[in-house]
Amino acid sequence: MPGSTDTLLDARDLIISYDTDNGVARAVNGVSFTLRRGETLGLVGETGAGKTTTALAIMGLLPEETGRVEGGSVLFEGEDLLTLPREPMRRKRGQDISMVFQDPMTALNPVMNVGEQIAEALRSHQSISVSAANARAGDMLEMVGIPRGRAVEYPHQFSGGMKQRVVIAIALVCRPKLLIADEPTTALDVTIQAQVLELIARLKTEIDTSMLLITHDLGVVARTCQRVAIMYSGRVIEMGTIEQVFDDPLHPYTHGLFGSIPDITRETRRLTPIDGLMPDPFSLPEGCAFAARCRHALPGCCKPQSEVDLGGGHMAACWRAADIKARRAGGGL
Amino acid sequence: MLRYVCKRLVMLVPIILGITFIVFFILSLTPGDPARMILGANATPEQVAAMRAQMGLDDPVILRYIKYIGGALRGDFGTSWSTRDRVFTMVFGRFPYTFRLAFLSMLLTVALSIPLGIYSAVRKGGFGDNATMVLSMVMAATPKFWLGILMMLVFSVWLRWLPTSGLSSWKNYIMPTIAMSAASTAINTRIVRASVLDVIRQDFIRTARAKGARESVIFRKHALRNAMLPVVTVLGMSFAGSLGGSVLIENVFSIPGVGLLMIERVRQKDIPAVLACVIFIAVVFAVVNLITDILYSFIDPRIKAQYTRRSAKKPPKEATAAP
Repeated sequence: MPGSTDTLLDARDLIISYDTDNGVARAVNGVSFTLRRGETLGLVGETGAGKTTTALAIMGLLPEETGRVEGGSVLFEGEDLLTLPREPMRRKRGQDISMVFQDPMTALNPVMNVGEQIAEALRSHQSISVSAANARAGDMLEMVGIPRGRAVEYPHQFSGGMKQRVVIAIALVCRPKLLIADEPTTALDVTIQAQVLELIARLKTEIDTSMLLITHDLGVVARTCQRVAIMYSGRVIEMGTIEQVFDDPLHPYTHGLFGSIPDITRETRRLTPIDGLMPDPFSLPEGCAFAARCRHALPGCCKPQSEVDLGGGHMAACWRAADIKARRAGGGL
Repeated sequence: MLRYVCKRLVMLVPIILGITFIVFFILSLTPGDPARMILGANATPEQVAAMRAQMGLDDPVILRYIKYIGGALRGDFGTSWSTRDRVFTMVFGRFPYTFRLAFLSMLLTVALSIPLGIYSAVRKGGFGDNATMVLSMVMAATPKFWLGILMMLVFSVWLRWLPTSGLSSWKNYIMPTIAMSAASTAINTRIVRASVLDVIRQDFIRTARAKGARESVIFRKHALRNAMLPVVTVLGMSFAGSLGGSVLIENVFSIPGVGLLMIERVRQKDIPAVLACVIFIAVVFAVVNLITDILYSFIDPRIKAQYTRRSAKKPPKEATAAP
């Protein structure tokens, strides 16, 4: 658990905002989670929940002009990445922590062949000869299932799924300790999605890395992750193992999320969506951000919510979580 | 690639035919009798008529045009009506001056606009950027000939540093080069700036950062190379333009190039000379554009793919996906 030796990444009370023409958008409002060595943690949430912003902050890649870290810390092997100077942070990127992005169509440089783009990751961190780097890039291409002969080809000669494989190769060629995959399959064809996910999961084991998988697809999480953190309006509102969260969702939002998924074993005409929208990041409510949409809301919900530990590492940012759990155990829900 | 170049060269033929026809036709509509002009006011009507017959002026325009093209294909662009010189040698004799001027101003444009544009992009919103942008707007809006005359006034007449006209030494090239490149430098600076700013926002720059590449490498290998694509196009256009059309600058500084020749001969209604000048300029323009396009394909593999035979069938799509 936090602070223990097998913790690789420990994000604490991360607060990030963007300066825009319309004011300050509070994208991340106190995100906390831990990622253990060798583990895959799913970071789930709707669009705008702050998942990508959190990932970019870990990478030190927030847009410099607009993005601002207002507070919190991100400890990577006990070292705070947020206070790290530019050059040491650059050396960590790609070497210790790397990232796969959402849209493979635009993630590669169109005028550089893919072999060079993979080799560049190596050559940015190791003093390695050009030919050795190219050879390693070829090996890496084969690992992601592309013949090494295609290293001299350019991104436009690859399909979307192949491009994402190249991006994965770039991310993993230095054998990083942490891989952040930001919706790596969202932009792909459904048929390719499963292949790419499988590839990521396989390489993760082969290279022995830990992974932060950002997605809004709970099915993907169930297949790939050991633990999951649910984000809502810039906060982690529930976190636990897959079993804990999927079998016994305690935050009303998580509960609502599962209600929005079709269940093929049951004959239902309609899904039960959560009414309303996520709060505007330009004017967040004082207390629980979900209260306005919550079926269980009480006057007490307008106070800031702290995380409640429900045992076994299962946390929920809802003061009524224990109550809900008890009522559910008693058949009340 | 070779096939593409050949195809482009073949495509030049209808373009040049079209241009020559339009110019030929328009010039044939202009008032005044060339035979009378050649022989002078004292010639008898009989002499004029004989001359007209000799020059083939009584034939219909189409027939004359076909005859002209037939001659042109054999390298015979006719003889000048005012000096009786062979037009072809006349135009070629003038070309080196035009070329030198165009080349120098192109060099100056490249040397100034690319660093300035990059500087502006990197310091976006800063004083240096704003100053560069205001200056480039002013220069882009300044007529070349006016700038030339102004420089002449200051550096030749008042300060007596530089010669006003002629081509006796390298000093003669300074002012024409500056006057000619001012506008294209200004425009190109803005294009370089916009292009760099556009490219550094792209996703692949973020990918390069994510793999831990050094900022200098990211800028040089990822940002600049992509940013140069539109710049090459614009530079090619402005080079082609100045190769053909430095009419104003050559006039202001009395540089005996193709542009000045054309103006002289238009005044004298020397149709063969004017025609040859226009054809020459059109060919130069088309060839420089072709070179620009070929250059483009060396920078951007996507363009090259369209030219080479293999992907002429259409680029492979999903078929290549996954083993």
